[in-house]
Amino acid sequence: MFSGFMANAWEVATIVAVVAGVVGFFVVLRGSAFPAHAIPNGAFAGAAGASLIGVNPLIGLGVFSLLAALGIGTLGRRGRADVATALALVFMLALGAAFLSQSTQYEPQIFSLLFGEILGVSSSEILPVLVLGIASVLAVAVLYRRLLVTAVIPDVAASRGISPHAVEMAFLVVVALATTMTVPVVGALLIFSLMIGPPAAARCLTDRPGIALAGSVAIALATIWASIAISYVSNWPVGFFVGTFSAAAYGIARGLVACRAAGNRRAAARASFSVA
Amino acid sequence: MHVLFEPGLLSSGPVRTAAALGAVVAIVSAVVGVFTVVRSQSFAGHALTDVATTGGAGATLVGVSPLAGFLGGSVIGAGAMDAIGVQRVRSRDLATGIVLGAATGLSALFLYLETTRSATTGVTQQILFGSIFTVDPSTVPVVAVLGAATLLVIAAIRRPLTLSSVSSEVASATGISVRGIGLAFMVALAVSVGLTSIAIGSILSTALLIGPAATAIRLTRTMRASVLLACALGVATTWLGILLAYDSFYWDASSQGLPVSFFIVSITFAGYLVTGIPAVRRRVELRWRRGGTVRARTSAPIAAGG
Repeated sequence: MFSGFMANAWEVATIVAVVAGVVGFFVVLRGSAFPAHAIPNGAFAGAAGASLIGVNPLIGLGVFSLLAALGIGTLGRRGRADVATALALVFMLALGAAFLSQSTQYEPQIFSLLFGEILGVSSSEILPVLVLGIASVLAVAVLYRRLLVTAVIPDVAASRGISPHAVEMAFLVVVALATTMTVPVVGALLIFSLMIGPPAAARCLTDRPGIALAGSVAIALATIWASIAISYVSNWPVGFFVGTFSAAAYGIARGLVACRAAGNRRAAARASFSVA
Repeated sequence: MHVLFEPGLLSSGPVRTAAALGAVVAIVSAVVGVFTVVRSQSFAGHALTDVATTGGAGATLVGVSPLAGFLGGSVIGAGAMDAIGVQRVRSRDLATGIVLGAATGLSALFLYLETTRSATTGVTQQILFGSIFTVDPSTVPVVAVLGAATLLVIAAIRRPLTLSSVSSEVASATGISVRGIGLAFMVALAVSVGLTSIAIGSILSTALLIGPAATAIRLTRTMRASVLLACALGVATTWLGILLAYDSFYWDASSQGLPVSFFIVSITFAGYLVTGIPAVRRRVELRWRRGGTVRARTSAPIAAGG
Protein backbone atom coordinates (compact mmCIF):
# COMPACT_ATOMS: atom_id res chain seq x y z
CA MET A 1 0.00 0.00 0.00
CA PHE A 2 2.97 2.34 0.51
CA SER A 3 5.33 1.04 -2.15
CA GLY A 4 5.82 1.54 -5.90
CA PHE A 5 3.17 3.66 -7.60
CA MET A 6 1.32 4.09 -4.33
CA ALA A 7 4.27 6.01 -2.89
CA ASN A 8 3.77 8.61 -5.62
CA ALA A 9 0.07 8.82 -4.83
CA TRP A 10 0.74 9.48 -1.13
CA GLU A 11 3.30 12.18 -1.89
CA VAL A 12 1.10 14.00 -4.41
CA ALA A 13 -1.96 13.68 -2.18
CA THR A 14 -0.08 15.26 0.71
CA ILE A 15 1.06 18.24 -1.37
CA VAL A 16 -2.43 18.70 -2.84
CA ALA A 17 -4.11 18.53 0.56
CA VAL A 18 -1.80 21.18 2.03
CA VAL A 19 -2.43 23.54 -0.90
CA ALA A 20 -6.19 22.86 -0.87
CA GLY A 21 -6.32 23.43 2.87
CA VAL A 22 -4.49 26.78 2.63
CA VAL A 23 -6.12 28.17 -0.53
CA GLY A 24 -9.50 26.67 0.40
CA PHE A 25 -9.48 28.48 3.74
CA PHE A 26 -9.63 31.77 1.85
CA VAL A 27 -12.06 30.40 -0.74
CA VAL A 28 -14.51 29.73 2.08
CA LEU A 29 -13.73 32.92 3.98
CA ARG A 30 -14.12 35.15 0.91
CA GLY A 31 -17.17 33.35 -0.49
CA SER A 32 -15.30 32.41 -3.68
CA ALA A 33 -16.67 28.88 -4.01
CA PHE A 34 -18.13 29.60 -7.44
CA PRO A 35 -14.89 30.87 -9.02
CA ALA A 36 -13.07 27.96 -7.35
CA HIS A 37 -15.44 25.63 -9.17
CA ALA A 38 -15.45 27.57 -12.44
CA ILE A 39 -11.69 28.05 -12.92
CA PRO A 40 -10.62 24.38 -12.92
CA ASN A 41 -13.72 23.25 -14.82
CA GLY A 42 -13.37 25.94 -17.46
CA ALA A 43 -9.63 25.37 -17.73
CA PHE A 44 -10.13 21.89 -19.09
CA ALA A 45 -11.30 23.51 -22.33
CA GLY A 46 -7.71 24.76 -22.61
CA ALA A 47 -6.43 21.20 -22.30
CA ALA A 48 -8.83 20.12 -25.05
CA GLY A 49 -7.74 22.99 -27.29
CA ALA A 50 -4.05 22.32 -26.66
CA SER A 51 -4.35 18.66 -27.54
CA LEU A 52 -6.21 19.66 -30.71
CA ILE A 53 -3.33 21.80 -31.97
CA GLY A 54 -0.69 19.42 -30.64
CA VAL A 55 0.58 21.43 -27.65
CA ASN A 56 1.18 20.01 -24.17
CA PRO A 57 -2.28 20.00 -22.45
CA LEU A 58 -0.69 21.37 -19.26
CA ILE A 59 0.09 24.63 -21.09
CA GLY A 60 -3.50 24.89 -22.33
CA LEU A 61 -4.73 24.23 -18.83
CA GLY A 62 -2.48 26.92 -17.37
CA VAL A 63 -3.34 29.55 -19.98
CA PHE A 64 -7.07 28.95 -19.70
CA SER A 65 -7.18 28.91 -15.92
CA LEU A 66 -5.28 32.20 -15.88
CA LEU A 67 -7.64 33.70 -18.49
CA ALA A 68 -10.61 32.41 -16.50
CA ALA A 69 -9.32 34.02 -13.29
CA LEU A 70 -8.66 37.39 -14.95
CA GLY A 71 -11.95 37.31 -16.89
CA ILE A 72 -14.04 36.46 -13.84
CA GLY A 73 -12.28 39.13 -11.79
CA THR A 74 -12.70 41.84 -14.43
CA LEU A 75 -16.32 41.09 -15.34
CA GLY A 76 -17.34 40.48 -11.74
CA ARG A 77 -16.16 43.94 -10.74
CA ARG A 78 -18.77 45.71 -12.84
CA GLY A 79 -21.77 43.40 -13.01
CA ARG A 80 -22.98 40.77 -10.60
CA ALA A 81 -20.02 38.57 -9.72
CA ASP A 82 -21.97 35.31 -9.79
CA VAL A 83 -23.51 36.07 -13.18
CA ALA A 84 -20.08 36.88 -14.62
CA THR A 85 -18.65 33.66 -13.20
CA ALA A 86 -21.50 31.55 -14.57
CA LEU A 87 -21.28 33.04 -18.06
CA ALA A 88 -17.47 32.84 -18.20
CA LEU A 89 -17.69 29.20 -17.11
CA VAL A 90 -20.28 28.15 -19.71
CA PHE A 91 -18.41 30.07 -22.40
CA MET A 92 -15.24 28.13 -21.69
CA LEU A 93 -17.12 24.83 -21.47
CA ALA A 94 -18.78 25.54 -24.82
CA LEU A 95 -15.38 26.36 -26.28
CA GLY A 96 -14.18 23.02 -24.90
CA ALA A 97 -17.15 21.29 -26.54
CA ALA A 98 -16.26 22.97 -29.85
CA PHE A 99 -12.63 21.81 -29.56
CA LEU A 100 -13.76 18.29 -28.71
CA SER A 101 -16.12 18.18 -31.68
CA GLN A 102 -13.13 18.75 -33.95
CA SER A 103 -11.07 15.92 -32.48
CA THR A 104 -12.01 12.30 -32.03
CA GLN A 105 -9.45 10.88 -29.66
CA TYR A 106 -9.81 13.02 -26.58
CA GLU A 107 -12.76 11.46 -24.83
CA PRO A 108 -11.10 9.18 -22.24
CA GLN A 109 -8.92 12.09 -21.20
CA ILE A 110 -11.95 14.15 -20.19
CA PHE A 111 -12.79 11.52 -17.66
CA SER A 112 -9.31 11.66 -16.17
CA LEU A 113 -9.22 15.47 -16.13
CA LEU A 114 -12.56 15.68 -14.34
CA PHE A 115 -12.12 12.81 -11.95
CA GLY A 116 -8.34 12.52 -11.87
CA GLU A 117 -6.06 9.54 -11.67
CA ILE A 118 -4.22 10.05 -8.44
CA LEU A 119 -3.34 6.37 -8.23
CA GLY A 120 -1.66 6.60 -11.64
CA VAL A 121 0.70 9.49 -10.88
CA SER A 122 4.22 8.97 -12.23
CA SER A 123 7.38 10.11 -10.43
CA SER A 124 8.08 12.78 -13.05
CA GLU A 125 4.74 14.49 -12.30
CA ILE A 126 5.57 15.11 -8.66
CA LEU A 127 8.15 17.87 -9.12
CA PRO A 128 5.92 20.30 -11.13
CA VAL A 129 3.12 19.76 -8.60
CA LEU A 130 5.51 20.51 -5.75
CA VAL A 131 6.87 23.68 -7.40
CA LEU A 132 3.43 25.11 -8.24
CA GLY A 133 2.19 24.08 -4.81
CA ILE A 134 4.98 25.93 -3.03
CA ALA A 135 4.37 28.95 -5.28
CA SER A 136 0.68 29.14 -4.39
CA VAL A 137 1.28 28.67 -0.66
CA LEU A 138 3.98 31.38 -0.76
CA ALA A 139 1.60 33.71 -2.62
CA VAL A 140 -1.03 33.17 0.06
CA ALA A 141 1.60 33.84 2.76
CA VAL A 142 2.55 37.15 1.12
CA LEU A 143 -1.10 38.19 0.69
CA TYR A 144 -2.24 36.68 4.01
CA ARG A 145 -3.06 39.88 5.89
CA ARG A 146 -4.65 41.63 2.90
CA LEU A 147 -6.77 38.57 2.02
CA LEU A 148 -7.99 38.40 5.59
CA VAL A 149 -8.67 42.12 6.06
CA THR A 150 -10.53 42.67 2.77
CA ALA A 151 -12.73 39.64 3.49
CA VAL A 152 -13.51 40.21 7.18
CA ILE A 153 -13.35 43.98 7.70
CA PRO A 154 -13.68 45.66 4.28
CA ASP A 155 -14.09 49.14 5.86
CA VAL A 156 -10.70 48.94 7.54
CA ALA A 157 -9.18 47.68 4.31
CA ALA A 158 -10.55 50.68 2.43
CA SER A 159 -9.30 53.14 5.02
CA ARG A 160 -5.82 51.64 4.79
CA GLY A 161 -5.88 52.10 1.03
CA ILE A 162 -5.98 48.39 0.17
CA SER A 163 -7.78 47.92 -3.15
CA PRO A 164 -10.28 45.08 -2.70
CA HIS A 165 -10.35 44.56 -6.45
CA ALA A 166 -6.57 44.11 -6.74
CA VAL A 167 -6.60 41.65 -3.83
CA GLU A 168 -9.47 39.72 -5.41
CA MET A 169 -7.65 39.52 -8.75
CA ALA A 170 -4.48 38.31 -7.05
CA PHE A 171 -6.44 35.72 -5.13
CA LEU A 172 -8.18 34.40 -8.25
CA VAL A 173 -4.76 34.02 -9.88
CA VAL A 174 -3.61 32.00 -6.86
CA VAL A 175 -6.69 29.79 -7.26
CA ALA A 176 -5.79 29.37 -10.94
CA LEU A 177 -2.22 28.45 -10.01
CA ALA A 178 -3.37 25.92 -7.44
CA THR A 179 -5.83 24.31 -9.84
CA THR A 180 -3.47 24.12 -12.83
CA MET A 181 -1.11 22.11 -10.73
CA THR A 182 -3.73 19.82 -9.25
CA VAL A 183 -6.23 19.20 -12.05
CA PRO A 184 -4.02 16.82 -14.11
CA VAL A 185 -3.25 14.65 -11.10
CA VAL A 186 -6.38 14.68 -8.98
CA GLY A 187 -9.07 16.08 -11.29
CA ALA A 188 -11.18 19.21 -11.22
CA LEU A 189 -13.94 17.72 -9.09
CA LEU A 190 -11.75 16.32 -6.33
CA ILE A 191 -9.80 19.53 -5.81
CA PHE A 192 -13.04 21.47 -5.50
CA SER A 193 -14.41 19.16 -2.79
CA LEU A 194 -11.13 19.41 -0.92
CA MET A 195 -11.11 23.22 -1.12
CA ILE A 196 -14.61 23.56 0.38
CA GLY A 197 -15.41 20.84 2.92
CA PRO A 198 -12.31 20.79 5.18
CA PRO A 199 -11.91 24.61 5.41
CA ALA A 200 -15.64 25.02 6.06
CA ALA A 201 -15.43 22.43 8.83
CA ALA A 202 -12.40 24.14 10.39
CA ARG A 203 -14.11 27.51 10.25
CA CYS A 204 -17.14 26.13 12.09
CA LEU A 205 -14.96 24.96 14.96
CA THR A 206 -12.95 28.10 15.67
CA ASP A 207 -13.11 31.84 15.11
CA ARG A 208 -9.36 32.35 15.19
CA PRO A 209 -7.96 32.58 11.66
CA GLY A 210 -4.55 31.00 12.35
CA ILE A 211 -6.03 27.98 14.11
CA ALA A 212 -8.75 27.63 11.46
CA LEU A 213 -6.09 27.64 8.73
CA ALA A 214 -4.08 24.92 10.50
CA GLY A 215 -7.26 22.94 11.14
CA SER A 216 -8.24 23.27 7.50
CA VAL A 217 -4.93 21.73 6.37
CA ALA A 218 -5.18 18.99 9.01
CA ILE A 219 -8.74 18.01 8.00
CA ALA A 220 -7.82 18.11 4.29
CA LEU A 221 -4.86 15.79 4.96
CA ALA A 222 -6.99 13.41 7.02
CA THR A 223 -9.67 13.40 4.30
CA ILE A 224 -7.38 12.57 1.42
CA TRP A 225 -5.26 10.04 3.33
CA ALA A 226 -8.35 8.17 4.50
CA SER A 227 -9.80 8.34 0.98
CA ILE A 228 -6.70 6.84 -0.64
CA ALA A 229 -6.43 4.08 1.94
CA ILE A 230 -10.08 3.07 1.62
CA SER A 231 -10.00 3.42 -2.15
CA TYR A 232 -6.95 1.12 -2.25
CA VAL A 233 -8.75 -1.51 -0.23
CA SER A 234 -12.18 -1.22 -1.86
CA ASN A 235 -11.16 -0.35 -5.44
CA TRP A 236 -13.82 2.37 -5.57
CA PRO A 237 -12.71 5.76 -6.98
CA VAL A 238 -10.76 8.13 -4.71
CA GLY A 239 -12.98 11.03 -5.84
CA PHE A 240 -16.04 9.41 -4.32
CA PHE A 241 -14.41 9.15 -0.89
CA VAL A 242 -12.91 12.65 -1.03
CA GLY A 243 -16.31 14.10 -2.01
CA THR A 244 -18.28 12.32 0.70
CA PHE A 245 -15.64 12.67 3.44
CA SER A 246 -15.26 16.42 2.75
CA ALA A 247 -18.99 16.96 3.03
CA ALA A 248 -19.13 14.66 6.08
CA ALA A 249 -16.34 16.65 7.80
CA TYR A 250 -18.45 19.79 7.43
CA GLY A 251 -21.57 17.95 8.64
CA ILE A 252 -19.75 16.64 11.72
CA ALA A 253 -18.34 20.09 12.51
CA ARG A 254 -21.80 21.64 12.26
CA GLY A 255 -23.13 18.86 14.50
CA LEU A 256 -20.41 19.49 17.10
CA VAL A 257 -21.14 23.22 17.11
CA ALA A 258 -24.87 22.55 17.54
CA CYS A 259 -24.16 20.12 20.43
CA ARG A 260 -21.85 22.62 22.11
CA ALA A 261 -24.47 25.38 21.76
CA ALA A 262 -27.16 23.09 23.20
CA GLY A 263 -24.81 22.11 26.03
CA ASN A 264 -24.12 25.76 26.82
CA ARG A 265 -27.83 26.54 26.86
CA ARG A 266 -28.49 23.62 29.20
CA ALA A 267 -25.66 24.67 31.51
CA ALA A 268 -26.97 28.24 31.52
CA ALA A 269 -30.48 27.03 32.29
CA ARG A 270 -29.19 24.84 35.12
CA ALA A 271 -27.17 27.73 36.54
CA SER A 272 -30.11 30.12 36.50
CA PHE A 273 -32.29 27.41 38.06
CA SER A 274 -29.87 26.84 40.94
CA VAL A 275 -29.57 30.59 41.55
CA ALA A 276 -33.33 30.85 41.70
CA MET B 1 -31.52 33.23 -48.71
CA HIS B 2 -29.48 30.12 -49.40
CA VAL B 3 -26.56 31.62 -47.55
CA LEU B 4 -28.41 31.61 -44.24
CA PHE B 5 -30.86 28.75 -44.65
CA GLU B 6 -29.03 25.72 -45.94
CA PRO B 7 -31.18 23.21 -47.91
CA GLY B 8 -33.32 20.91 -45.81
CA LEU B 9 -33.27 23.00 -42.65
CA LEU B 10 -36.98 23.30 -42.07
CA SER B 11 -37.88 19.81 -43.26
CA SER B 12 -35.34 18.08 -41.03
CA GLY B 13 -36.97 16.13 -38.18
CA PRO B 14 -34.20 16.61 -35.61
CA VAL B 15 -34.07 20.34 -36.38
CA ARG B 16 -37.81 20.73 -35.84
CA THR B 17 -37.66 18.79 -32.57
CA ALA B 18 -34.67 20.87 -31.49
CA ALA B 19 -36.44 24.13 -32.34
CA ALA B 20 -39.60 23.17 -30.42
CA LEU B 21 -37.73 21.82 -27.42
CA GLY B 22 -35.30 24.74 -27.48
CA ALA B 23 -38.15 27.26 -27.35
CA VAL B 24 -39.87 25.54 -24.41
CA VAL B 25 -36.63 25.19 -22.48
CA ALA B 26 -35.53 28.76 -23.24
CA ILE B 27 -38.79 30.22 -21.93
CA VAL B 28 -38.83 28.20 -18.71
CA SER B 29 -35.14 28.99 -18.11
CA ALA B 30 -35.60 32.70 -18.82
CA VAL B 31 -38.50 33.13 -16.37
CA VAL B 32 -36.81 31.17 -13.59
CA GLY B 33 -33.49 32.81 -14.53
CA VAL B 34 -34.63 36.40 -13.90
CA PHE B 35 -35.44 35.51 -10.29
CA THR B 36 -32.26 33.44 -9.99
CA VAL B 37 -30.14 36.41 -11.06
CA VAL B 38 -31.99 38.91 -8.86
CA ARG B 39 -31.63 36.57 -5.87
CA SER B 40 -27.89 36.06 -6.65
CA GLN B 41 -28.35 32.29 -6.87
CA SER B 42 -26.49 31.71 -10.15
CA PHE B 43 -24.08 29.34 -8.43
CA ALA B 44 -26.93 27.19 -7.12
CA GLY B 45 -28.56 27.31 -10.57
CA HIS B 46 -25.37 26.03 -12.14
CA ALA B 47 -24.45 23.54 -9.40
CA LEU B 48 -27.88 21.89 -9.66
CA THR B 49 -27.05 20.82 -13.24
CA ASP B 50 -24.18 18.76 -11.84
CA VAL B 51 -26.31 17.47 -8.98
CA ALA B 52 -29.07 16.53 -11.46
CA THR B 53 -26.47 14.70 -13.56
CA THR B 54 -25.46 12.69 -10.49
CA GLY B 55 -29.11 11.70 -10.11
CA GLY B 56 -29.23 10.76 -13.78
CA ALA B 57 -26.11 8.61 -13.47
CA GLY B 58 -27.54 6.91 -10.39
CA ALA B 59 -30.84 6.26 -12.16
CA THR B 60 -29.08 4.68 -15.16
CA LEU B 61 -27.19 2.44 -12.78
CA VAL B 62 -30.29 1.06 -11.03
CA GLY B 63 -32.41 1.03 -14.18
CA VAL B 64 -34.82 3.86 -13.33
CA SER B 65 -35.81 6.41 -15.99
CA PRO B 66 -33.05 9.05 -16.37
CA LEU B 67 -35.63 11.86 -16.25
CA ALA B 68 -36.73 10.74 -12.79
CA GLY B 69 -33.06 10.59 -11.80
CA PHE B 70 -32.31 14.10 -13.04
CA LEU B 71 -35.37 15.61 -11.37
CA GLY B 72 -34.92 13.60 -8.17
CA GLY B 73 -31.23 14.47 -7.90
CA SER B 74 -31.87 18.13 -8.54
CA VAL B 75 -34.72 18.45 -6.03
CA ILE B 76 -32.85 16.53 -3.31
CA GLY B 77 -29.78 18.71 -3.97
CA ALA B 78 -31.86 21.89 -3.67
CA GLY B 79 -33.34 20.60 -0.40
CA ALA B 80 -29.86 19.91 0.97
CA MET B 81 -28.64 23.38 -0.06
CA ASP B 82 -31.63 24.91 1.68
CA ALA B 83 -30.98 22.87 4.83
CA ILE B 84 -27.32 23.99 5.00
CA GLY B 85 -28.29 27.63 4.47
CA VAL B 86 -28.42 28.69 0.82
CA GLN B 87 -30.97 31.37 1.77
CA ARG B 88 -28.56 33.30 3.98
CA VAL B 89 -26.12 35.61 2.26
CA ARG B 90 -23.17 34.49 4.38
CA SER B 91 -23.51 30.76 3.81
CA ARG B 92 -24.99 30.87 0.30
CA ASP B 93 -21.80 29.95 -1.57
CA LEU B 94 -20.75 27.45 1.04
CA ALA B 95 -24.06 25.55 1.07
CA THR B 96 -23.96 25.24 -2.70
CA GLY B 97 -20.30 24.22 -2.68
CA ILE B 98 -20.72 21.50 -0.05
CA VAL B 99 -23.65 19.93 -1.91
CA LEU B 100 -21.82 20.22 -5.24
CA GLY B 101 -18.69 18.57 -3.82
CA ALA B 102 -20.65 15.66 -2.35
CA ALA B 103 -22.68 15.21 -5.54
CA THR B 104 -19.62 15.14 -7.78
CA GLY B 105 -18.06 12.55 -5.49
CA LEU B 106 -21.17 10.39 -5.92
CA SER B 107 -20.99 11.03 -9.67
CA ALA B 108 -17.46 9.65 -9.73
CA LEU B 109 -18.71 6.48 -8.02
CA PHE B 110 -21.74 6.03 -10.29
CA LEU B 111 -19.74 6.56 -13.45
CA TYR B 112 -17.06 4.18 -12.19
CA LEU B 113 -19.64 1.47 -11.48
CA GLU B 114 -21.24 2.15 -14.85
CA THR B 115 -17.93 1.88 -16.76
CA THR B 116 -16.89 -1.30 -14.95
CA ARG B 117 -20.18 -2.76 -16.05
CA SER B 118 -20.39 -1.63 -19.65
CA ALA B 119 -16.79 -0.50 -20.41
CA THR B 120 -17.77 2.79 -22.04
CA THR B 121 -16.78 6.33 -21.19
CA GLY B 122 -19.02 7.80 -23.89
CA VAL B 123 -21.67 8.25 -21.23
CA THR B 124 -19.54 10.96 -19.57
CA GLN B 125 -19.55 13.14 -22.62
CA GLN B 126 -23.21 12.52 -23.37
CA ILE B 127 -24.22 13.55 -19.86
CA LEU B 128 -21.91 16.55 -19.77
CA PHE B 129 -22.64 18.07 -23.12
CA GLY B 130 -25.92 16.53 -24.25
CA SER B 131 -27.06 17.51 -27.68
CA ILE B 132 -30.21 19.23 -28.65
CA PHE B 133 -30.07 17.43 -32.04
CA THR B 134 -30.16 13.93 -30.59
CA VAL B 135 -33.23 14.46 -28.43
CA ASP B 136 -35.96 11.85 -28.69
CA PRO B 137 -39.13 13.65 -29.96
CA SER B 138 -41.22 11.91 -27.28
CA THR B 139 -39.44 13.86 -24.51
CA VAL B 140 -40.77 17.18 -25.83
CA PRO B 141 -44.31 16.79 -24.36
CA VAL B 142 -42.93 15.66 -20.98
CA VAL B 143 -40.59 18.65 -20.84
CA ALA B 144 -43.41 20.97 -21.93
CA VAL B 145 -45.80 19.72 -19.21
CA LEU B 146 -43.25 19.89 -16.38
CA GLY B 147 -41.98 23.24 -17.67
CA ALA B 148 -45.52 24.62 -17.69
CA ALA B 149 -46.02 23.37 -14.12
CA THR B 150 -42.86 25.22 -13.05
CA LEU B 151 -44.07 28.41 -14.72
CA LEU B 152 -47.44 28.09 -12.96
CA VAL B 153 -45.72 27.82 -9.58
CA ILE B 154 -43.63 30.92 -10.34
CA ALA B 155 -46.72 32.78 -11.55
CA ALA B 156 -48.62 31.85 -8.39
CA ILE B 157 -45.89 33.15 -6.05
CA ARG B 158 -44.67 35.99 -8.26
CA ARG B 159 -45.66 38.88 -5.96
CA PRO B 160 -44.20 37.61 -2.68
CA LEU B 161 -41.24 36.18 -4.63
CA THR B 162 -40.46 39.52 -6.27
CA LEU B 163 -40.78 41.41 -3.00
CA SER B 164 -38.67 38.98 -0.99
CA SER B 165 -36.05 38.87 -3.76
CA VAL B 166 -35.70 42.65 -3.80
CA SER B 167 -35.93 43.28 -0.05
CA SER B 168 -36.37 40.48 2.45
CA GLU B 169 -36.89 42.98 5.31
CA VAL B 170 -39.84 44.66 3.63
CA ALA B 171 -41.25 41.29 2.63
CA SER B 172 -41.18 39.86 6.14
CA ALA B 173 -42.62 43.11 7.51
CA THR B 174 -45.66 42.64 5.26
CA GLY B 175 -46.15 39.14 6.65
CA ILE B 176 -44.57 37.13 3.84
CA SER B 177 -42.79 33.94 4.87
CA VAL B 178 -39.46 34.74 3.20
CA ARG B 179 -38.08 31.33 4.14
CA GLY B 180 -41.07 29.46 2.69
CA ILE B 181 -41.06 31.46 -0.52
CA GLY B 182 -37.32 30.90 -0.82
CA LEU B 183 -37.76 27.14 -0.46
CA ALA B 184 -40.62 27.11 -3.01
CA PHE B 185 -38.36 28.97 -5.44
CA MET B 186 -35.47 26.55 -4.85
CA VAL B 187 -37.77 23.63 -5.74
CA ALA B 188 -38.99 25.43 -8.89
CA LEU B 189 -35.36 26.15 -9.81
CA ALA B 190 -34.44 22.51 -9.20
CA VAL B 191 -37.25 21.19 -11.43
CA SER B 192 -36.40 23.69 -14.15
CA VAL B 193 -32.67 22.87 -14.06
CA GLY B 194 -33.26 19.10 -13.86
CA LEU B 195 -35.50 19.33 -16.89
CA THR B 196 -33.23 21.53 -18.98
CA SER B 197 -30.04 19.67 -18.14
CA ILE B 198 -31.45 16.34 -19.34
CA ALA B 199 -32.94 17.99 -22.42
CA ILE B 200 -30.04 20.13 -23.61
CA GLY B 201 -27.03 19.29 -21.40
CA SER B 202 -25.58 21.13 -18.44
CA ILE B 203 -23.70 23.83 -20.38
CA LEU B 204 -26.78 25.10 -22.19
CA SER B 205 -28.92 24.73 -19.08
CA THR B 206 -26.78 27.27 -17.20
CA ALA B 207 -26.28 29.48 -20.26
CA LEU B 208 -30.01 29.83 -20.93
CA LEU B 209 -30.83 30.23 -17.23
CA ILE B 210 -28.37 33.07 -16.58
CA GLY B 211 -27.49 34.71 -19.92
CA PRO B 212 -30.82 36.02 -21.29
CA ALA B 213 -32.01 36.93 -17.78
CA ALA B 214 -28.88 38.92 -16.90
CA THR B 215 -28.94 40.76 -20.23
CA ALA B 216 -32.67 41.54 -19.91
CA ILE B 217 -32.22 42.86 -16.36
CA ARG B 218 -29.55 45.24 -17.64
CA LEU B 219 -31.92 46.64 -20.26
CA THR B 220 -35.21 46.92 -18.36
CA ARG B 221 -36.52 48.54 -15.19
CA THR B 222 -39.39 46.33 -14.03
CA MET B 223 -39.53 42.64 -13.22
CA ARG B 224 -42.32 42.04 -15.72
CA ALA B 225 -40.38 43.67 -18.56
CA SER B 226 -37.25 41.73 -17.61
CA VAL B 227 -39.11 38.42 -17.72
CA LEU B 228 -40.69 39.17 -21.12
CA LEU B 229 -37.44 40.39 -22.67
CA ALA B 230 -35.51 37.44 -21.23
CA CYS B 231 -37.99 35.00 -22.84
CA ALA B 232 -37.66 36.72 -26.21
CA LEU B 233 -33.86 36.81 -26.00
CA GLY B 234 -33.72 33.17 -24.90
CA VAL B 235 -35.85 31.89 -27.76
CA ALA B 236 -34.13 34.08 -30.36
CA THR B 237 -30.67 32.99 -29.18
CA THR B 238 -31.62 29.31 -29.18
CA TRP B 239 -33.08 29.41 -32.68
CA LEU B 240 -30.16 31.40 -34.06
CA GLY B 241 -27.77 28.93 -32.44
CA ILE B 242 -29.57 25.95 -33.98
CA LEU B 243 -29.54 27.66 -37.38
CA LEU B 244 -25.82 28.40 -37.23
CA ALA B 245 -24.96 24.91 -35.95
CA TYR B 246 -26.94 23.37 -38.80
CA ASP B 247 -25.26 25.67 -41.31
CA SER B 248 -21.81 24.95 -39.92
CA PHE B 249 -21.94 21.47 -41.41
CA TYR B 250 -21.83 23.13 -44.83
CA TRP B 251 -19.17 25.77 -44.19
CA ASP B 252 -16.35 23.48 -45.12
CA ALA B 253 -16.53 20.19 -47.00
CA SER B 254 -14.28 18.41 -44.53
CA SER B 255 -15.74 19.98 -41.41
CA GLN B 256 -17.78 18.00 -38.89
CA GLY B 257 -19.73 21.10 -37.92
CA LEU B 258 -19.59 22.85 -34.57
CA PRO B 259 -21.80 21.98 -31.58
CA VAL B 260 -25.00 23.98 -31.08
CA SER B 261 -24.00 24.74 -27.49
CA PHE B 262 -20.97 26.63 -28.76
CA PHE B 263 -23.13 28.98 -30.86
CA ILE B 264 -25.86 29.54 -28.29
CA VAL B 265 -23.35 30.25 -25.52
CA SER B 266 -21.23 32.55 -27.69
CA ILE B 267 -24.27 34.63 -28.71
CA THR B 268 -25.46 34.79 -25.10
CA PHE B 269 -22.05 35.81 -23.78
CA ALA B 270 -21.61 38.42 -26.51
CA GLY B 271 -25.06 39.85 -25.72
CA TYR B 272 -24.17 40.15 -22.04
CA LEU B 273 -20.85 41.86 -22.79
CA VAL B 274 -22.29 44.31 -25.34
CA THR B 275 -25.14 45.42 -23.06
CA GLY B 276 -22.54 46.14 -20.37
CA ILE B 277 -20.77 48.72 -22.54
CA PRO B 278 -23.01 51.73 -21.66
CA ALA B 279 -22.26 51.26 -17.95
CA VAL B 280 -18.53 51.11 -18.67
CA ARG B 281 -18.77 54.26 -20.79
CA ARG B 282 -20.55 56.10 -17.98
CA ARG B 283 -17.80 55.10 -15.60
CA VAL B 284 -15.07 56.28 -17.93
CA GLU B 285 -16.85 59.62 -18.52
CA LEU B 286 -17.28 60.09 -14.79
CA ARG B 287 -13.60 59.47 -14.19
CA TRP B 288 -12.73 61.83 -17.06
CA ARG B 289 -14.82 64.64 -15.58
CA ARG B 290 -13.14 64.23 -12.20
CA GLY B 291 -9.82 65.00 -13.83
CA GLY B 292 -8.79 61.43 -14.41
CA THR B 293 -6.81 61.17 -11.20
CA VAL B 294 -9.45 60.17 -8.67
CA ARG B 295 -10.18 56.45 -8.63
CA ALA B 296 -13.84 56.05 -9.58
CA ARG B 297 -14.50 53.77 -6.65
CA THR B 298 -17.66 55.55 -5.55
CA SER B 299 -19.14 55.21 -9.02
CA ALA B 300 -19.19 51.42 -8.75
CA PRO B 301 -22.83 51.17 -7.60
CA ILE B 302 -23.96 53.28 -10.57
CA ALA B 303 -21.98 51.19 -12.97
CA ALA B 304 -23.18 47.96 -11.41
CA GLY B 305 -26.53 48.41 -13.10
CA GLY B 306 -26.42 44.86 -14.45
